[in-house]
Amino acid sequence: MLEQKDFGTPERIADEDVTLEIDGMKVSVPRGTSIMRAAGMCDVNVPRLCATDSLEPFGSCRLCLVEIEGRRGYPASCTTPVEPGMKVHTQSAKLQALRRGVMELYISDHPLDCLTCSANGDCELQDMAGKVGLREVRYGFEGRNHLAESRDESNPYFAYDPAKCIVCNRCVRACEEIQGTYALTIIGRGFDSRVSAGKSFMESDCVSCGACVQACPTATLQEKSVTEMGLPEHGVVTTCAYCGVGCAFIAEMKGEEVVRMVPYKHGQANEGHSCVKGRFAWGYATHQDRILKPMIRSRITDPWREVSWDEALDYAASEFRRIQEKHGKNSIGGIVSSRCTNEEGYLVQKLVRAAFGNNNVDTCARVCHSPTGYGLKQTLGESAGTQTFKSVEDSDVIMVIGANPTDAHPVFASRMKKRLKAGARLIVIDPRKIELVDAPHVKADFHLPLKPGTNVAMLSAIAHVIATEGLMDMEFIRQRCEEKAFLQWRDFVSLPENSPEAMEEVTGVPASLVRGAARLYATGGNAAIYYGLGVTEHAQGSTAVMAIANLAMATGNIGRSGVGVNPLRGQNNVQGSCDMGSFPHELPGYRHVSDPATRDLFEHAWGVHVQQEPGLRIPNMFDAALDGSFKGLYCQGEDIVQSDPNTRHVAEALSSMECIVVQDIFLNETTLYAHVFLPGSSFLEKDGTFTNAERRISRVRKVMQPKAGFADWEVTIELSKRLGYPMDYRHPSEIMDEIARLTPTFHGVSYEKLDRLGSIQWPCNEEAPSGTPIMHVDHFVRGKGKFIVTKYVATDEKVTKRFPLILTTGRILSQYNVGAQTRRTENVQWHEEDVLEIHPHDAEERGIADNGWVKIQSRSGETVLRAKISERMQPGVVYTTFHFPESGANVITTENSDWATNCPEYKVTAVEVKPATEPSSWQKSYARFRKAQHELLASS
Amino acid sequence: MDMQNLIHMANQIGDFFETIPDHEESLSGIANHLQRFWEPRMRMQLLEHVDARNGEGLKPVVLEALRIHRGDLIAHH
Repeated sequence: MLEQKDFGTPERIADEDVTLEIDGMKVSVPRGTSIMRAAGMCDVNVPRLCATDSLEPFGSCRLCLVEIEGRRGYPASCTTPVEPGMKVHTQSAKLQALRRGVMELYISDHPLDCLTCSANGDCELQDMAGKVGLREVRYGFEGRNHLAESRDESNPYFAYDPAKCIVCNRCVRACEEIQGTYALTIIGRGFDSRVSAGKSFMESDCVSCGACVQACPTATLQEKSVTEMGLPEHGVVTTCAYCGVGCAFIAEMKGEEVVRMVPYKHGQANEGHSCVKGRFAWGYATHQDRILKPMIRSRITDPWREVSWDEALDYAASEFRRIQEKHGKNSIGGIVSSRCTNEEGYLVQKLVRAAFGNNNVDTCARVCHSPTGYGLKQTLGESAGTQTFKSVEDSDVIMVIGANPTDAHPVFASRMKKRLKAGARLIVIDPRKIELVDAPHVKADFHLPLKPGTNVAMLSAIAHVIATEGLMDMEFIRQRCEEKAFLQWRDFVSLPENSPEAMEEVTGVPASLVRGAARLYATGGNAAIYYGLGVTEHAQGSTAVMAIANLAMATGNIGRSGVGVNPLRGQNNVQGSCDMGSFPHELPGYRHVSDPATRDLFEHAWGVHVQQEPGLRIPNMFDAALDGSFKGLYCQGEDIVQSDPNTRHVAEALSSMECIVVQDIFLNETTLYAHVFLPGSSFLEKDGTFTNAERRISRVRKVMQPKAGFADWEVTIELSKRLGYPMDYRHPSEIMDEIARLTPTFHGVSYEKLDRLGSIQWPCNEEAPSGTPIMHVDHFVRGKGKFIVTKYVATDEKVTKRFPLILTTGRILSQYNVGAQTRRTENVQWHEEDVLEIHPHDAEERGIADNGWVKIQSRSGETVLRAKISERMQPGVVYTTFHFPESGANVITTENSDWATNCPEYKVTAVEVKPATEPSSWQKSYARFRKAQHELLASS
Repeated sequence: MDMQNLIHMANQIGDFFETIPDHEESLSGIANHLQRFWEPRMRMQLLEHVDARNGEGLKPVVLEALRIHRGDLIAHH
């Protein structure tokens, strides 16, 4: 097994080292370090139960007592800091006796079922009993005890067995210190002290992050998978395939079976923490719904026919060539998955550019963070966030705009909450009262509940305050930014029409709140902006991103730790897929296809001509399909039917095409319109890399053979070969070598270096051989930062008498994106259907009852969901998620999109909501269509 | 492709670049954006609309940009 050494107490950072002696060994450690940790650093492991290095020392178990020369008594080594010249002894007859006495008390109230216990071999209590040489329990086992207390099995992933609890408090502290949820406490006093979630774990506030399970030294909180399967026998470090935080995990295995996923404490993105998805919801990878055989059919009304890989690939290639001969070279394209690896993304765009011979390649970033790519490139010079996650620890002010980190990026949210609890100030700009506005021990200093679609108005109003009240960092601006552009911007934002008072009617937020928030952001010290899809998925998504960059430049909040512009990216590898040249206008490394030098580089390496014109973006592909000029699509790991807006439009477009090849692990909604199905591989079945929201490239490591025989990168190679463009790679590391050779920001990246450093934040090249945690330190990537005028333009999607409410869509903690993975896990116990959240006033006006069915109608379509009456919503705004295909959330959303990138305006749809008694006509017809499609599968 | 959609998207681009104080920069900004991000068939269709229907529905600033920078917007292969 891969051991994660536990030093007992957390690392301390100090300017000065302290030298002391432990058991005769000299050791120098940073001032503030505990004796326990110092001992661990010279491989002296002081016995302990309540201490673990992910938690602050607590000093309750009394096992870690030591002797210090010249001092009386036996201080706890976990809570005693080192001092210069200190001489410590961790072992003596007296200490042994004291520890044995403590262990006797613990064991007198503990079931002696070690041989049948699920933690047998992985139990710290068992280990300590051995270490202290416990041979008898003088108190016997007949006294008062807790052995008859009943287990709490309510959580689907772990059980709580109070009979085995030693009340070390580690779980309670983990919930508070690491996760920040405060779901657990100790109730009772003395002998009656017990860990409690208040109610059962499932009924409590527990978010099932697993921090308590990870911290538990016994089998009290134990993964059910371990109880069922026994302990794992080996572990492999890999990267989570859920959100853009990119947590490192140890996949703990028995042969090729995953026993559990344990957060890796050296993972630089998560530092040992996890959420319910990465920690527990990995069962989809071996779910019975996986399709493991290739299938083909001529028409989507035909039954699927299971065929060999050769036949499927030959058919796909011949269809693509036939279509190109008939409709032209540009009549086909491909979609790169933001869930697959960098190497796989690189190969798909290479296949499109080299084998298809066009630039019709896009990725799901189109529908999420493409405005980030555009906006940050224009202003700062690079299409990525500026910071490392760790940077938040140095923030004094945190501004969260259009993001809900506790649900969508939970592990980073915990890190953010930790900083907020330590005193950082918080500004939340969101139509909804997200959890961060008022969480345990976290309260926003300002919540600006703006109307959906008015981000740019709000950001202009904030800029107005900063510019007109003299709050700009003029020295930074003079040195670092283009003067002419700055003056234009300053004059623009200073106009009275951009004042908070003037914008109050537009945003719906009182001017005094906006002024207060602006002053805090500009003057509160290190200020960092974190934003999400609530910024990008608008008609002015790119404008809002540029407005955010303007704010950071105007206040000098860029180029050091604690500040910056931080897009919280949605999918595990959405940053990576963009980096890999998945956009139709850019080659890898965000270099435009019209640049002759870049094209020359790739043409020389690939031995083909690369088109100099941009290709079709995903929404353009649909439009081109409907006009008859786009006929074939290679779609890897992306469910465009469920995730893209205006489902009916998408379905109509796909129905008009001649060959859609879907490569996926499940029969997703897009597959219902496909002609070829190529079985995909999960992240457990392949090698590669993912790049997270902080530009961190991390290894994905294969822990089992691909269930269908091939990893996704191998399938792309096979398809390319049949298109007459062979690619010669034996391992994904060779693909990365090619990426590094051809991409300046990746020049220094290799698998060898990734293995050595753990992970690398690009740019990684000659100037930054170990990577770049923080960008734009001395100068912007584009040279001088460029302020851009960002005028507010109201969306065309306006509320009317007919559609008086605004629908905005989003995510929930337990489900992920289109739900293909999480719906196939026990996470459905937390969220088994999408619901419509509606404010009590709006509900009452319409006669809508909580949990009652409601019809949501927009200009695009209608669907029926259950209502959830919630004060998280402001009046006039309703909210839903899109995790279940039958919900049809995207039947309602429109084709309105960001002016620069065509990113859909998911966040603003004018709707009316009424009580309903039956599913919508779309839902009925789609249910029939799905049923028919599944019958076509069954008959194969 | 749907001409109304192309007109709508082009006008959105116009809305953004129109705010640049220098009119020439606005025009080149619009044209440059179309050239760098729109696939040639979309650009050609828009130019055909300018020729055939005098750019009906397009904002004046967009129409002007299309006319002045027409040469740059024609597809290169």
